[in-house]
Amino acid sequence: MSEYSGPLPVPTPETRPFWEAARRHELSLQRCRACGAHVFYPRAACPRCLGPDLEWRRVSGRGRLHTFTVVHRGARSFPLPAPYVIAIVELDEGPRMMTNLVGIAPDPATITIGMPVEVVFEDVSPEFALPRFRPA
Amino acid sequence: MSRDVRRLRGRVAIMGAGEADEHGKLPHKSAFQLHAEAARNALADAGLAKDQVDAVFSAGLWMGSETAEYLGIRPRYIDGTQIGGCSFIAHVEHAMAAIAAGLCEVALITHGESGASRIGMPGTRFAPDSWRLQFEQPFGLAGPPTGYALAAARHMHEFGTTSEQLAEVAVATRRWAQLNPRALMRDPLTIEDVLASRLISWPLHLLDCCLVTDAGGAVVVTSAERARDCPKRPVYVLGAGEASTHVMVSQMPDFARWEAARMAGERAFAMAGVTYADVDVAQVYDAFTIVPIMALEALGFCKEGEGGAFVAGQRTAPGGDFPMNTNGGGLSYTHSGMYGMFTLVEAVRQLRGECGPRQVAGARIALCHGLGGMFSAAATLIAGTEVP
Repeated sequence: MSEYSGPLPVPTPETRPFWEAARRHELSLQRCRACGAHVFYPRAACPRCLGPDLEWRRVSGRGRLHTFTVVHRGARSFPLPAPYVIAIVELDEGPRMMTNLVGIAPDPATITIGMPVEVVFEDVSPEFALPRFRPA
Repeated sequence: MSRDVRRLRGRVAIMGAGEADEHGKLPHKSAFQLHAEAARNALADAGLAKDQVDAVFSAGLWMGSETAEYLGIRPRYIDGTQIGGCSFIAHVEHAMAAIAAGLCEVALITHGESGASRIGMPGTRFAPDSWRLQFEQPFGLAGPPTGYALAAARHMHEFGTTSEQLAEVAVATRRWAQLNPRALMRDPLTIEDVLASRLISWPLHLLDCCLVTDAGGAVVVTSAERARDCPKRPVYVLGAGEASTHVMVSQMPDFARWEAARMAGERAFAMAGVTYADVDVAQVYDAFTIVPIMALEALGFCKEGEGGAFVAGQRTAPGGDFPMNTNGGGLSYTHSGMYGMFTLVEAVRQLRGECGPRQVAGARIALCHGLGGMFSAAATLIAGTEVP
């Protein structure tokens, strides 16, 4: 694996299980035992009911493209060459997350809001795999 | 919402407004120098000495009290609320509350930012264990244009908004800038020029994006009673509102609707007791062309999804029936990073009739509407030449 030049997360106690699951190529979310809400990003309080009892669950990794942009002027030190696609995916379990859409040309004429997508992990360092999404 | 917000209507007034001595690319000036120049000019405009200030409000990446120290002021009321570019509009609301409560009397609200030259600015990198670095930066988020493009794309998808309608905003704003000698971008601009400019983050082109400049501004707020003694016409605060819904891009509740603006505007209009038709001139934060379109919908000037049609046909340009961003806006006048201060300064000048060729004739009620973060926060102010 070549040296990864992009920003790498430093997990906090709340987020470490997410990144540990990602390293195993599993998408894992918290679910509130009190109100049933799935939660993203990970935290120590349910944003719906403020409950403290959140369990980690592996989720389907499937969802739909909620919105996207084709970035022509890319971020410094980001390893994907521009143009690349930043997407907001709405997971089947409810929460939305930011990601990259890969496996499709970065062309607004071929990418459709609402299209089904699925997670694909990219190992970027020995500790981290990033959850990206591709057309399902 | 408290039922008696209307008791605050007209309780305070903006009695002075000013900007830094110059703006643009100023590598010879620090951000705090821009604060200081703006504060000096706003106090002179109000006919006040520094020692008469007892409250300092400032937003930046530093503490509000650092501004007071630099200016040599020892305030008894300090507010460093930082909710992005609309912070200064929220500060007027906070000053109104504090003055009405008797906690202070003369509030100085300052802004200075070396947005282009980055002189005397704190770092802006996210900490590696921050939520934004963990869950957004790894995907190549390239600054504000990327986030706003995500909203623009969703607005286009849901409502059929077009790139031409976005470009209408940039062109109308440039036409106002051409009437303002202090505006930085004054060359003629057409819709075709906007569409032909390079894509930054689809669907946003370069000319859909605001400037990046070094600039400063300040306003002085005091009680309506005290403002009657000031040398210039007081600008009364009739209504104000603020709201925040999220910070991270991915946490925006609805990418096609600006919920914080709806919440802020609702209270501002309720407090002011005026209607949309009463607004003579609007200063609506235009970091990107999509922003005023979504603001006009959220504030109720048009229905949801109709913002693109609302701005079509150069309706917001000089001579149109909805004069908006009469200084030339963040798109063509200046944009230091937190532009909201300049909506206040321009509203004061319009309501005093000081705007020369760009003056909106007979302007009596002005609306200022600011943006924070990624449609994260909003603040709305309705001001008037008299209390109705």
